[in-house]
Amino acid sequence: MNSLIGKNEISDTLADFFIQPNGATWANNIRSEALVAFNDFGVPTKRDEYWKYTNPQKLTMIPTEPAALFSNDEPPMFESIDRVKIVFVDGILDLSQSDDLILEGATIETLVDATSKDIHWAKDLFGSLEKNGQKPVKRPLAALNTAMAAEGLVIRITDKCKKPLAIRYIHNSETSDALVHNIIKIESNAQFTLLESGAGAARFNSVLEVDVADNADFHHVRTQGRDHERKTVTHIFGRLGKESIFKSFTMTVNGTLTRNDAVLEFTGDNARATVAGATAGDGESFHHDDTVFITHDAVNCESRQVFKKVLRNGATGVFQGKILVKADAQKTDGYQISQGLLLDDNSNFLAKPELEIYADDVACSHGSTVGAIDEDAIFYLVSRGVPRKQAQDMLVLAFLAEAIDEIDSNDLADDINDRLAAWMNRR
Amino acid sequence: MLNIKNLKVGLAEEDKQILKGVDLNIGEGEVHAIMGPNGSGKSTTSYVLAGKDGYNVTAGSAELNGENLLDMDPEERAAAGLFLAFQYPVEIPGVGNMTFLRTAVNAQRKARGEKELTAGEFLKIVREKAKSLKIDAEMLKRPVNVGFSGGEKKRNEILQMAMLEPKMCVLDETDSGLDVDAMKLVAEGVNALRDGKRSFLVITHYQRLLDHIKPDVVHIMANGKIIKTGGPELALEVEQNGYADILAEVA
Repeated sequence: MNSLIGKNEISDTLADFFIQPNGATWANNIRSEALVAFNDFGVPTKRDEYWKYTNPQKLTMIPTEPAALFSNDEPPMFESIDRVKIVFVDGILDLSQSDDLILEGATIETLVDATSKDIHWAKDLFGSLEKNGQKPVKRPLAALNTAMAAEGLVIRITDKCKKPLAIRYIHNSETSDALVHNIIKIESNAQFTLLESGAGAARFNSVLEVDVADNADFHHVRTQGRDHERKTVTHIFGRLGKESIFKSFTMTVNGTLTRNDAVLEFTGDNARATVAGATAGDGESFHHDDTVFITHDAVNCESRQVFKKVLRNGATGVFQGKILVKADAQKTDGYQISQGLLLDDNSNFLAKPELEIYADDVACSHGSTVGAIDEDAIFYLVSRGVPRKQAQDMLVLAFLAEAIDEIDSNDLADDINDRLAAWMNRR
Repeated sequence: MLNIKNLKVGLAEEDKQILKGVDLNIGEGEVHAIMGPNGSGKSTTSYVLAGKDGYNVTAGSAELNGENLLDMDPEERAAAGLFLAFQYPVEIPGVGNMTFLRTAVNAQRKARGEKELTAGEFLKIVREKAKSLKIDAEMLKRPVNVGFSGGEKKRNEILQMAMLEPKMCVLDETDSGLDVDAMKLVAEGVNALRDGKRSFLVITHYQRLLDHIKPDVVHIMANGKIIKTGGPELALEVEQNGYADILAEVA
């Protein structure tokens, strides 16, 4: 990239690459406002504080680098789970591969339909959590997404859903450059589980806005696929009402570049949030970045950030996690752990834990470690007859287990465990 | 069973000789004890037999039933029938004790070309053996040695030994950190495995353990060599007079 070109000029070009969808006036206004914000921010560059450890160039260059399709005979994720399945191919909803958009306790619409209606509840949510999440740290690629994404789902949860909704993002074109924007509103006392899987596209940019009302529960389990050359940037923006629960877990393997932002805000008292991730990275081209920002603006809320990354053959893992406790957010319990397990000397784990606390009656703890596999533990296992490779795999899975344990459902946790075990065998 | 000849071992990372020519022959079904002062090379002997990294064998040999142990990977030694009960059993967070045991048992069976145990078969055997060592179901479910007391860790070692049914058991200071009752329990566990064929090498500082696990032969090790060999009465002599007399006598 030519350094003489300013970041705002690049942002014009990147924005020009997409076509702004045309819908109802309110939606057009939200998109136009987001586009103004994006052009104002400019594209992220390595000089931005929160992109210091991750070069965003692959996410901003035009056109995107192609990504070869990767396939093997492994079945898609969550096949054994009773669910409603919705499929996107290269970021475009494919109804022929999807179940009917019917889930008891929920109404599911497409973003196209919802943003075409003159009157729609999504008017108050679409783009609003994303916009709110632009302070104090700018997330330009999320603004771009709000401005330009034509595809996505708009979901309203009114009751306790018995089945999860599973979105599968299939990558089918080597040059696809996709934007998907999902909006979820979970009303008081309702419950919802969202599953997401798949590589999505050669370059995949997703935004998920989730509003969790008082006493509501949101569970989210996501896997980011095995395509070796995919580029992915995701943003979760969540708002938590009083006594609500928000739990999000992501498993990431392979891919060239993955950046996952999670921006959560507690706005009601006694709520709990967890953002967790288990990552297995292989090879110098693997670069994975979790960036989390949790704002406590209510009393007696608990937040957990649990991230574990296993890295080998020159892979890089990044964690940037922040807990911001505002002056009135007394009795906050904030926990943050990020750990890297390096299987060789060429791999890297970079962590930046941040706490910013203005209240005086809080319990916040954070820890970050990086280390190699415990040779004493290996010797103990091999001395009992366990072959060395199997012993190492056991210890790697044990290392990741703390993050996987954050998933409430045993079936889903088992599914994740099986995939990671299979990944280790595949090499 | 176990034949060690003129074994000389140094540290891999520094120029320090630890074993300076150890000779030891343990026959089928025999129980041998090695006693000796701190730093004499007792634990090193056990680690070198089990195949721990960090040591350089510069001379000599160690054979288990005629097979050269020193050429094998640690897991191959285990499958060949060698077992080391650790002085400090390692804690492994995230790996369930039961999963660990079953993986180990089946890995050894597989290496020996035997049929692996099903979950049901395994459970039946492990429950029975755990009961006699007063290891409850809760301990089996917990991660390997994590949060175990000193006594629980050593009982867990003996449980592994009972499950793996080795031919040659090396117990490295299994009595350290145990109270009298725990020591008895561990000794009973060991004695239950004495069947006239299985051999034992018991490494200890104190004669007390040998009251419970009666040795056929006692060796005194000092400065990297076995300096005296005798019957059980040798252990009593050490208990009464310390090592000084024996060291002086040999010197």
